[in-house]
Amino acid sequence: MTINHHLDEATLFSYVAGALGQGPALVVASHLAMCNLCRQRCRELEAIGGALLENIALAAVSDSTLASVLDRLDQDIIPEAAARPAPVANSEIPAPLASYVGDSLEDLSWKKLVPGVWVHDLPSQGKGITRLLRVAPGKAALPHSHRGSELTLLLRGSYSDEVGRFSTGDVADLDDQITHQPLVDSDHDCICLIATEYPLRYTTLFGKITQPLFGF
Amino acid sequence: MQDQPPGDEALSVVALRAEKASEAPVKDWSAMLAELAISRDRQLFIRLFRHFSPRIKGYIMKLGLTEATAEELTQEAMLSVWRKTHLYDPGKAAASTWIYTLARNLSIDWMRKQKYPESDLDSWHEEAGEPPVLELAEQAVMSDQVAMAIRQLPDNQAQVIIMSFYEGRSHSEIADRLSIPLGSVKSRIRLASEKLKQALRGNHDH
Repeated sequence: MTINHHLDEATLFSYVAGALGQGPALVVASHLAMCNLCRQRCRELEAIGGALLENIALAAVSDSTLASVLDRLDQDIIPEAAARPAPVANSEIPAPLASYVGDSLEDLSWKKLVPGVWVHDLPSQGKGITRLLRVAPGKAALPHSHRGSELTLLLRGSYSDEVGRFSTGDVADLDDQITHQPLVDSDHDCICLIATEYPLRYTTLFGKITQPLFGF
Repeated sequence: MQDQPPGDEALSVVALRAEKASEAPVKDWSAMLAELAISRDRQLFIRLFRHFSPRIKGYIMKLGLTEATAEELTQEAMLSVWRKTHLYDPGKAAASTWIYTLARNLSIDWMRKQKYPESDLDSWHEEAGEPPVLELAEQAVMSDQVAMAIRQLPDNQAQVIIMSFYEGRSHSEIADRLSIPLGSVKSRIRLASEKLKQALRGNHDH
């Protein structure tokens, strides 16, 4: 897998700072699971977090707190690894996403929006929308712009838009200046994980009319 | 251990009891954390606790949580340190960096009641081919360099860094609060991020 489109520095920074909403953080973590380069960049930014922790104003912790932690050291619990679903080998689903969707994109309940376009919404806190979008070959999403950011991670297939061509592993990290209409150019369905901070702004009358129906 | 400085190879219990925890340089915290995974030595854990728990609690309180919550989360974070040390690789990150990510995730999980998506903690050992971010010996100076770099940022860049790291605000929230376009928030963060990374690398180069 060759990845050509990576995370914006500001997005990665906020992810590391713990300042991304749940949906965008899921897209970032999923891309990191697929992308060595961004994982490396992430490590470097985390070192800034470590440096900040070393220099932070201290808050007193009492000896009784230490004592109660020491008491609990031996009460060992379920090993963390066992409590988490193991990532599936050769899966097209990155580990962070697996806890939301399981191990198959096919078994999900896909809701049809228009012919050739399906969605599967993911539970996520906050104002924005987090969903999987599935689009058939040759179909285009409706042209739209955003009030906030839109993060899209390609899980299967490819599309082209005003920004470029995106295929598996690529992430489109768009801000509110961009209006685009992605067109699927792979010979099979394109599936992507999308998180927006706010509902999209459709730029055509049809989009504006249908938006309330689909909640997209 | 080859990572330890000359003359500091005696990580014996007696020596640990005799020393004040706050005197060890950062380099040693990383070596100690790695050592803890193998020795499971409670005295070693106590030293790490005395150094890191006031920092973790300070960080969590900066995030805006109450002292009681910060206290509780600090305990959880230190328990995680004990339980997850086998996942820590001193070749990949400083102890402070690893513990920062633990404390960050616990805090966000608590605030949101939904797990912060992470790709990292479980895969620290999986990427054998990756070069270390920084050499261990350089980590002692690293935090000072970054702290200084933050102090030297222009106010409008320092502001977005603080709002991100300590207040956990998204780009849109920052844009709304400062009444500036989203693109300006992102470009300020990008500029600041580059400067902070240069501070890390500047140290890395010599």
